[in-house]
Amino acid sequence: MSDTYAVDPWAKEPLKKFIGEANARLALLMTPAGQVIAQHGFNRAVDVMAAAALGAAIVSSTTAVAKLLEEPMFSALNHQGEQHGIFLAGFDSPRGRMIVLGVYGTESSPGLVQLFYEDFVRDIVAACPDAEPPRKVLAEDFEKELNESLSALFGT
Amino acid sequence: MLVSSEDGLVIADALLEDVKGNAVAALASSLAKRVGNASKSAGVGAPLFLHLDASAGVLVAAPANSDILMVVVAERSVNVGLVRLEMLRIAEAGL
Repeated sequence: MSDTYAVDPWAKEPLKKFIGEANARLALLMTPAGQVIAQHGFNRAVDVMAAAALGAAIVSSTTAVAKLLEEPMFSALNHQGEQHGIFLAGFDSPRGRMIVLGVYGTESSPGLVQLFYEDFVRDIVAACPDAEPPRKVLAEDFEKELNESLSALFGT
Repeated sequence: MLVSSEDGLVIADALLEDVKGNAVAALASSLAKRVGNASKSAGVGAPLFLHLDASAGVLVAAPANSDILMVVVAERSVNVGLVRLEMLRIAEAGL
């Protein structure tokens, strides 16, 4: 069975609960830049990176369309296929805006995912600590931090 | 309320203020789907009527057609037989 992994430990339990309740197959919690905070169900780093990049790009595009229409930001997007559906939504947290990408199968539904997404947002906002002060990114730390993040996301 | 069977989303409703329509729709459609799987696995076909007896009320559901589920939330004192007849009549009439 797939497991839930998180770079930031506070994100793990809320994501796990969301997956269980909404009966989703895959999920990613990330920043609008596509930086992954937690994931469930992905086995390969390349899949996580592709899903995060594509999800963040979709949110970025719909945000741009919303601006053109002088609308506030779109809150959620749902695409339903024959066997799978995707749910993509953004919310504000103490650490800034976050994006959730969920993939669900025929055992779930857009209604269930939407319903438990609202609980998930409440859980994440409650669990999320305040933003850390920005620090200088050093080239010598970059590879180490990247490797640590990948290890946290895949439990290696 | 009328609920999209596959999506679990509300199509139309007339509910009391304290009933969370979107939650009832999502969970009732999921329940109907699972009960449907169970009854088909048991070889008794698709369910025609679901009756959930809870401590403070009842929830009944019946498929109006292949895409729409009718859901009623009522007090425990409700005449479920009458509700059932009305729901099946609406389903037969094709909404």
